[in-house]
Amino acid sequence: MSATATFEASFHDVARDLMARYYEEMTQVAKSSTPRAVHLLIAGNPVELVRAFDLLPVFPEVNDLQLAVKKKSLPYIQKAEEMGYSTDNCAYVKADIGLFMSGREAGFATIPVPAVVLCNYVGCSVYLHWFEHLAEYTNAPAFNIDVPFVRTPDGEPRAEDVTYVVKQLEQLIELFEKVTGKKFEYARLQRTVELSSQVGELWCAIKQLTKQRPAPFDAYFDAVNFMAPLYALRGTEECLRFFELVYKQLHEKAKLGQGPLPEEKIRYVIEGPPPWPYLRNFRELFSRWGAVAVASTYSTVGGLWEFGFKHDPAHPLESIAQHMLKENVCNRNFLQRYEQIGRYVEEWGADGIVIHSVKSCRLFSAGQGDMREYFAREKGWPTLLIESDLEDPRYYSQAQLQNRIDAFFEGIEHRKLTHV
Amino acid sequence: MATVMTESRAEAYREVIEDRAFPTVRTYKEKTGRAAVGYFPVYTPVELVHASGMLPVALFGGGNQIELAHADSRFQSFVCSIVKSTLELGLTDKLDCFDGMVFHSICDPARNLASVFKRNFPDKPVEFIHFPQNPGSPSALAYLEGEYQRLVGVFGQWSGHQVSDAQLAASIELYDRVRALLRELYALRAASPERLSAVDSYVLTRCSCLLPPEESVPLLEGALAGARALEAKTQDRVRVVLIGAFCEQPPLDLIDSLERAGCYILDDDFQLGTRFLTDDVASAGGPPLRALAESYLNHSVHASVKHDLRKPRAAGLLDKVRDLHADAVIFLGAKFCEPALFDYALYRRALEEHDIPHLFLEFEEKMWLYDRVQSEVETFVESMLFS
Repeated sequence: MSATATFEASFHDVARDLMARYYEEMTQVAKSSTPRAVHLLIAGNPVELVRAFDLLPVFPEVNDLQLAVKKKSLPYIQKAEEMGYSTDNCAYVKADIGLFMSGREAGFATIPVPAVVLCNYVGCSVYLHWFEHLAEYTNAPAFNIDVPFVRTPDGEPRAEDVTYVVKQLEQLIELFEKVTGKKFEYARLQRTVELSSQVGELWCAIKQLTKQRPAPFDAYFDAVNFMAPLYALRGTEECLRFFELVYKQLHEKAKLGQGPLPEEKIRYVIEGPPPWPYLRNFRELFSRWGAVAVASTYSTVGGLWEFGFKHDPAHPLESIAQHMLKENVCNRNFLQRYEQIGRYVEEWGADGIVIHSVKSCRLFSAGQGDMREYFAREKGWPTLLIESDLEDPRYYSQAQLQNRIDAFFEGIEHRKLTHV
Repeated sequence: MATVMTESRAEAYREVIEDRAFPTVRTYKEKTGRAAVGYFPVYTPVELVHASGMLPVALFGGGNQIELAHADSRFQSFVCSIVKSTLELGLTDKLDCFDGMVFHSICDPARNLASVFKRNFPDKPVEFIHFPQNPGSPSALAYLEGEYQRLVGVFGQWSGHQVSDAQLAASIELYDRVRALLRELYALRAASPERLSAVDSYVLTRCSCLLPPEESVPLLEGALAGARALEAKTQDRVRVVLIGAFCEQPPLDLIDSLERAGCYILDDDFQLGTRFLTDDVASAGGPPLRALAESYLNHSVHASVKHDLRKPRAAGLLDKVRDLHADAVIFLGAKFCEPALFDYALYRRALEEHDIPHLFLEFEEKMWLYDRVQSEVETFVESMLFS
């Protein structure tokens, strides 16, 4: 039963280097007198527009998770709570505000003062509050891109919704022109969208690889390593090179029948963000059962490419709008998420579903009891609901999690034995 | 406590608004043969429902009138009570008198609740309204007018009655009258709080979004006339603005206990949706749907669920305190209500900068004991009166 994840390939080193360079640039921007940082959010992010103006995208969520993984998030969370934020507020917001109010020295980078506070409101209502506060604390120009939530019976955005988002993107371009003093270059945007499109295609192909047995990588614990470059660097040449390398190496592993664990015993789908402060420990709770995530909803927060979406360089603004409106898990309704998970279970061949409910992110978590009810009762699929948090280490109870996870996988093992 | 209603009448209205079997809605349906639509807080363009020949009814969860027996397993412990109690009402068939349900983009749990309703009640129509969160954008008006046009189509399907501009204009006029009366009610309370208690004002406001508007107009008119005629003596109390309870509602006795603790609540954001639009919609001009959209974008309250970078909410609160000559602010937020709790951080900062005393309180709709809250308010009041 005991097995340790030893999966490591050279693209991990490349990812580390890429992110180190990204943070180096961020520190340079923070120390420079020319404001170039655009703070924006992960869900369905329009990073292509930011890159097309040579601005640097800064994602507070990525900074937050870095803090949490390095076990540095708690003092910043507490700093924000001293300012009046509640224990019940999203800890991502609190860590970010706490860091901002404590001098912006994160260790891995100095966080710049934003040139623009860009709230891409893609599903998450907390985003609106977060960036409103950031705008108030920094006095930086702020812009909300209002992205209508998917709400029609067919699950498609309305033509009017696309027009509305495109018009706002055009208004954002005007703001970027004003802030940078640069004229918008349409061809440049087309190029960044083209690069994005190619990366999306590769990411889609990479995700298809976990349909194989064994899956060549863990679609949760390994996938998170690809997500930072996917968001922070999408629209650049180096991002494309990176994903070409990832695909090549993982494809090779798939051909060789290699996986992240010595033996893949259980395949599961996981829903919800990871507990960053205890990521390694959490992974071990799965690895020891030979359990591999073959798909995860978390890896689709920034974009959902595995069902065929591609950015279209011929219609860059329209495709950015489509990406924000529909092609990410956050702006889809909760039942569309059930459908997405259902497809994962059936098409990726999973033995069960793990729902990791995080207190901070109610967009993800509110109602996951109903989700469990649906999968366990209506579908009859083994489903586990566990709770902790993505940023606040105070909500992680290892013993409790281990008991629940052990009991769940024991049940799946038993089911496999008796259903053969 | 001054009151505009006789005790028995006040009791009767309290019973009406607290009865989660919705007897007035059932009677209305029997009498008129019309449908009723329930909507989750905060704001709904009720005119669209009314013009479609249906009764729009504001739902405010289960309050402390029901036990959560089923909904707790669907929504986690860290989700606010109103989301769970609204689902509980559905799961215990209390909402069967509603022919459709409406939810909005106010927060993430409310958003997911719309989907959970859809799954658990497949035969009940559920609609979701996305309100623009970039109201300063030149494109927001066309978007919202289009969204309202879509809803007119949806509500028309629900009622089987397609809506004309004339019907929309008539419904707007009627609700403009209701809102004008509520504005008068609040203005009277702010000017002479000794004539109208916060809890009576609450009950009247709640009636106005439960009963048909044709009935609320005379009710409010009568109450206003009564309050104006009332002889009441001003007491030495702290004059406060209360903020934070715009969605989940505190129990009536809690509201009462706040004033009993030595405050006059000059203004509050209870049931904010009923007073969301600050001017007559008709005065915005143009076709009805555009006028409604224009009112939402440019003539509406500061609200924790409406993000308008042109109007910082803390500045709105400071203006209110100044305009009403209030002594202090009480923040009364629902437990786990993220929009309210986020705003508190900004409110606190602004209030401290301007040396305005304030008190932070949390509540849950299902609470029964108010002693602790009352004693906190009493201490706060004493510190203000005797400092």
